[in-house]
Formats: sequence, C-alpha cells, structure tokens
Amino acid sequence: MSQSPLLKVDNLAFERDDSCLLEKVNLSLNSGEILQIEGANGSGKTTLLRLLTTALQPSAGSILYSGVGVSKCRYQYLSDMLYIGHQPAVKLTLSAEENLRWMINSAVKTNQLTIAEALDGVGLSGYTDIPCYALSAGQHRRVALARLLISEATLWYLDEPFTAIDKQGVSFLEQRLQEHLNRGGAVVLTSHQDLSLNNLRKYSLSSELGQVA
Amino acid sequence: MAHSINSGYSAWLKRDLLLAYRRRGEAASSLIFFVMVSTLIPLGLTPESAQLAEIAAGMIWVMALLATLLSVDGLFASDYQDGSLEQLLITPQLLPMPVLGKITAHWLTTGLPLTLASPLLGLMLSLPTAGYLPMLCSLALGTACLSLTGAVGAALTVSLRKGGLLLSLLVIPLYMPVIIFGTATVTYAIDGLNWLPPLAILGALFAASVALCPLAVAGALRITSAN
Repeated sequence: MSQSPLLKVDNLAFERDDSCLLEKVNLSLNSGEILQIEGANGSGKTTLLRLLTTALQPSAGSILYSGVGVSKCRYQYLSDMLYIGHQPAVKLTLSAEENLRWMINSAVKTNQLTIAEALDGVGLSGYTDIPCYALSAGQHRRVALARLLISEATLWYLDEPFTAIDKQGVSFLEQRLQEHLNRGGAVVLTSHQDLSLNNLRKYSLSSELGQVA
Repeated sequence: MAHSINSGYSAWLKRDLLLAYRRRGEAASSLIFFVMVSTLIPLGLTPESAQLAEIAAGMIWVMALLATLLSVDGLFASDYQDGSLEQLLITPQLLPMPVLGKITAHWLTTGLPLTLASPLLGLMLSLPTAGYLPMLCSLALGTACLSLTGAVGAALTVSLRKGGLLLSLLVIPLYMPVIIFGTATVTYAIDGLNWLPPLAILGALFAASVALCPLAVAGALRITSAN
C-alpha cells in the first residue's frame, strides 16, 4: 500500500450564483513541501485557500487529509491546521498580547513558547500592551504571524502573508517557513512574491474561470 | 474532547466581555436607550400615576425588546469585518459552543444591565409594588431569549452591508411569544393572579432557545460566510 499524501485535492470545484469560480483543481502535498498558488487578481486564490480550510464548502470534488476525507476527520484536520487569512483577525481595541492570546486559544497543537517570546520573535517587543489601533498595518500582520512561532500544526495555509511586511519581516518569514518545512510541515500560500525556498512548487489558477460565464 | 468544547465556550465569552469592556460607551448604548426612551413615556402620555401603572409593564417590555434589537445587530459584524469570524468557523471545537459563549457575553452586557435597571423605570412609571419581582424574573429570562433568537437574525444578515431592517423583520416575529408571556407575568402579578405559569412558559422558551439557537446560528454563519 502506497502512503497517501498529507493533503490531496481531487477535482475540486466551487460555484457561486451560477458562475464557476474554481474548477478541476487537483493538488497533492507531502510533508516538507510548500505550494505557492499563483494567479491573476480574482482568479480564486483566496477562495481555494478558504475551501482548503473548510470555511467554504466545495460544490464538487474532495479534500483528503492523509487519505481520509476532511469531513470524516474534521477535528483532527482542523487541529492540525493553521490559517492566516487576508484580514489578520486583529481586534483593534485589544493589545497585541491579548490578540495573540485569543488567537492561539482555540489552537490544539502549540509549543512551549510564551506569548511574550513570540511577540518578541516578530519584532513587537515594546508594543505588547498598546491597543492595536495605535499600530500600523504591517504590525497587525506581525501580530497574526506570531501565531506561526507558537503553532505546532503541520499544515499552514497563508493568504498573502507578505502583505504590508517590511524587508526584514519577509526574510524572517521565509526563514520560519523553511524551518517548518524542515521539521516535516507543509505550507500552502498565495503570494505574488518570488520565494527562495527549497521544495517550492507552484500551482497556477487560470484567470478565465474567474469570469462570469 | 470535553475539555476542548469547554474551552471554546469560555474563551469566546471572555474575549467578548473584554471587547465590551474596552468599548464601554458602545456597550452601554442599549442601556442608555432603554432609560432615555422610558423617561419620554410620562412626558408623551400622561404623568398621572394611575394611568401609567396600567401601561408600565408593557412599556418596559417593549423598550427592553427594542434596546436588545438595537445591540444584537453588531454581534457578529465586527468579527465579520476583521476576519475573526473566519477563524471562528475553522476552530476544531464544535461551532455552537463558541457561538453560545458570544451570545452569553451579549446577554451579560445588554440583557442583564437592562434587567437590573428595570426597577428604576418601574419607579418612574409607577409600577405597582407587586410587579417588581415578576418583572425582574421575566426580564432576566426574556432578554436571554431575545439575545439567543436575535443572534440567529444577526448571523443571517452579517454579510449584508445594511442588514438592520432585514434583521428586525426576521426576528420581531420570533420575539412575539417572549413579549406576550413577559408582560403577562407582570400583569398577572399586578392583578393578584398566579404569575408563575407565564414565567414557566418563558422558562420553556428559554430552554428551547438555548438548545436550538446556537445550532441555528452555527448553520447560518456557515451559509453567510460563503457570500
């Protein structure tokens, strides 16, 4: 019996209001691999990621986690997954520390790193108890990215993680992704940036499908 | 597994309470509305205490309902805008539990203060003494029902930019039994009748809402998030 890949996507399709947003998406991802989803604006990159996280239900096709359909192993799949969306889910009235504490609260697989250490790791030491409305967009993104330091989840789904991040932030993030891959993790991300990572594969979404038929 | 279900509930409850505490002015707006509008009633109708006493129970209940309706609109709105709702949908915990945590926080920050402020309004509207305890009991149970059913409407309309009117149309029919039995509890007590039967029906409504509404909200959030 051949080992089934960590993540396998079979003939995935998504329709909304009778227009097909995604069609015949086939992917497979093994541990230690990173998949960069490419495509023009509006080609369905975010939709595909949200389908993978199960926040959206596909109209056809299946997503298999270690060979099992994700609806059959929902708890295992979701607790082994981390998703950082287009919006960083940062509450403006809470401080960076409170935001991060809440974000990792529902996470099941975490390491021993404290919240202060994680915020320090993303360069936010000194900003931990300031309300987030006083922070910049890039710093909001950094608060969300601090989850990557604490998470022990295998599958990471990152939607445009490099948005609003400065140069040091980008190289820090690349380094963190590489560490995660070396430990046997896997990443699916959308980005227009050229990444210099090992085991990087690309998947292109054709933009014609995004058009209303 | 039991532990993780629990943590989903208390984590979201604490978070929403903290958020409400940080935006105290906004959280207090429904209470202020409740008190302000109720002070207008003697001015608009009559300052005569005999006439006020007759309508006091119903007026307080209508005000409580409108005040809840005013605040329930924002239950999921800010989470929807900043992406937190997306994170809520993909927590490994069962979705109704964190949802119930959010609704509990909503009741603690709106329904409970309304209930506690109601004796003051009773005084202003010359509510007969026999009505105070039934009013407190029925408002405590009733506002919890209002928060629970209102959350279903809020979840269904969260992706609409101006969902306020649609929300009212959706939930006001569901609010009718609550207001009928809520005011009945108080008027029965004032008329010297046994006020426990209408309160028991309110309790049954609450039990049904607590069991069903979080499931309905979870389902509604999954539908609206697809838009």
